[in-house]
Amino acid sequence: MIKVLYFAKLREDLGKGSEELSLPGEVTTVAALRAHLMARGANWQSALGPGAALRVAVNQEVAEASAPVRAGDEVAFFPPVTGG
Amino acid sequence: MGIRVQTEDFDIAREIAALRATNPKVGAVASFIGTVRDVNDGSAVATLTLEHYPGMTEKALAGIVAEARSRWRIIDVTVIHRVGELKPLDQIVLVVVVGEHRGDAFAACEFLMDYLKTRAPFWKKEQTPAGSRWVDARGSDDIAAERWAKPKRDAA
Repeated sequence: MIKVLYFAKLREDLGKGSEELSLPGEVTTVAALRAHLMARGANWQSALGPGAALRVAVNQEVAEASAPVRAGDEVAFFPPVTGG
Repeated sequence: MGIRVQTEDFDIAREIAALRATNPKVGAVASFIGTVRDVNDGSAVATLTLEHYPGMTEKALAGIVAEARSRWRIIDVTVIHRVGELKPLDQIVLVVVVGEHRGDAFAACEFLMDYLKTRAPFWKKEQTPAGSRWVDARGSDDIAAERWAKPKRDAA
C-alpha cells in the first residue's frame, strides 16, 4: 500500500485529499503512478495530464517523474506553490 | 531558531526580542513581513485561504533555513507562516534573521523569502466578487529564486 495525497486545486478537482492505494506491480515510479491514476477517467486525465502544471513529492521531498515509488511511501501531487 | 506554521497572528516585536535576548553577539536584525492585499490581478480580494502540506511544510522550511545558514554568517532565524482564512491587512508570513553584521542578515532574509515562495508547500485561494480562485504561481517568483542559484564550476 501507498498513501497518495492531493492538495489545493487538484484536491478540489479530484474531490479527494488522500487515499490508500495498493500498488500494481508495474507501477514503480512517479511517472507510472501518475499514468495509473490518469487511467481512472476523464476527470483524472485532465487533472493529472501533461497539460497540468504539477509538482510531486515522495515522502515529503520534491521528486522527479523518474523517482522510485515503493510500498509504504507517501506520494503527494500538487500545483506549483503560492505561499509567502 | 524557530519555524512555526500557525493560524494565529504574530507580533514582530516579540519575535525579535526573543531572538535578541539570548544572543548578545547580535549586531544586525533583518526582517520581512508579507501581508494580504485587497486587490490581486485586477480583482477585489475579500478573504484569502492558505492551505499547506503538514509535515512537508516544516521539513521544507527547515531545509531552506539550513541552506541559508550554510551560505551566510548568521546567528539565528525565525520563520512564521500563517494558514487558514485571512483577510486584507492581515499578516501572512514573518522572516527574522539576526547576525553580527547587516550584509549577511539582509541577504539571508531575502533568500529565505525567495525560496519559501517557490519551495514551501503552501497554496493561496482568493475569494473575489466573481467567486473563488486558486492563485497562480508567478514566473517573477521563480526568477527571484533563481538569482540565488550557485554558479556551476567549470570543469578544469
